[in-house]
Amino acid sequence: MTEEKHEFWRWSERIWRADGIDWKEAGSITVGVDVGSVSSQAVVLTDGRLFAFCSTRTGSNSPDSAIKAVGGALQGTGMTIEDAQYVVGTGYGRVNVPFANRAITEIACHARGANFMAGSGVRTILDMGGQDCKVIRCDDKGKVLNFIMNDKCAAGTGRGMEVIADTLGVPIEDIGARSFEIDEEPAPVSNVCTVFAKSEATALLKAGWSVNRVLAAYCSAMAERVVSLIDRIGVEKDFFITGGIAKNVGVVRRIERKIGVEAVKLPAKSNLDPQIAGALGAALFAYALLRKEQKAGAAA
Amino acid sequence: MIANYGYRDGSGEYYVTIDTDRCIECEARWCVDACPQSLFAIEADDYDDEVATIAVTARKQLKEKCSGCKPSGGYESLPCTTACLPAAITHSW
Repeated sequence: MTEEKHEFWRWSERIWRADGIDWKEAGSITVGVDVGSVSSQAVVLTDGRLFAFCSTRTGSNSPDSAIKAVGGALQGTGMTIEDAQYVVGTGYGRVNVPFANRAITEIACHARGANFMAGSGVRTILDMGGQDCKVIRCDDKGKVLNFIMNDKCAAGTGRGMEVIADTLGVPIEDIGARSFEIDEEPAPVSNVCTVFAKSEATALLKAGWSVNRVLAAYCSAMAERVVSLIDRIGVEKDFFITGGIAKNVGVVRRIERKIGVEAVKLPAKSNLDPQIAGALGAALFAYALLRKEQKAGAAA
Repeated sequence: MIANYGYRDGSGEYYVTIDTDRCIECEARWCVDACPQSLFAIEADDYDDEVATIAVTARKQLKEKCSGCKPSGGYESLPCTTACLPAAITHSW
């Protein structure tokens, strides 16, 4: 007898393309590739405008993950990576993006991407990544003024959420909504360490807690952990959350409650995705660097 | 830019902060030679400014790497903050 294996952690990979843009007529094509610890994204801009993006899972090999993300974004467009005039790599695998002209840290790229996505009013960005989280303060141009990150452990990050999804057998995209289907907010789980949280969640279930209540306690613990990071450099409006966890309303609302500031949300009809902020920022850097090179070339 | 390098773990917060707006004004860059653990490097940041950074390999080990210069190691003042002319370097612990 074979048992069907559900992968509750598996989030939807995504490909998006703009309608009505003929890339062959574009004056410039720039690409940003964000190879993160859990997900990889590629964003393609034509003349500085969004043309296509792809968000996929990072494999065991950074160059292959970069190729997969770019391949996804360009699939069916007839464009190849050779058509891109400037490519910027970012994320923890940024130095291993094979076709990149330059590597830029994800801190600078997230700030720039958030500035593009949520407007020039954004001053504080929380990036909740796969295995780390960062708080970034920036100016109206998306230039970083202050940043802090914690990448020492994966507690309270996307990967931790994937583990909880699998442990509790709840599809990862349902966790946020289900964490509010409770009578009363429980105390946060005492430990957000990915390994300890898993055993604590199992123990709470044994003690008679409902799955939703355990989810609430975990989301709350995760929020508490990032709030301590936010508190260290302070929050100034507008506040925007990037990374995969930005799509988990259970964590987002609890962070908002704890810091007393509401995060800027993308409009419901927006094609953008907070998970691509890093790659989008990288593509914008690529566009700016290409223009700088062209200007320097014209002046010479 | 205020750059915080380091981490927080179960035993506390370990961040070395470099104010790159101050750092960029400095020509001496004595921090690089002053640190007994060679934690500092002068690198171009994302905006092409040449500033001091903490070596990537040391960012998750600051508690251990810096402990020799803390009071328990016999120092009264830290070599890096003393050497830093524009007072751009601070420690969180």
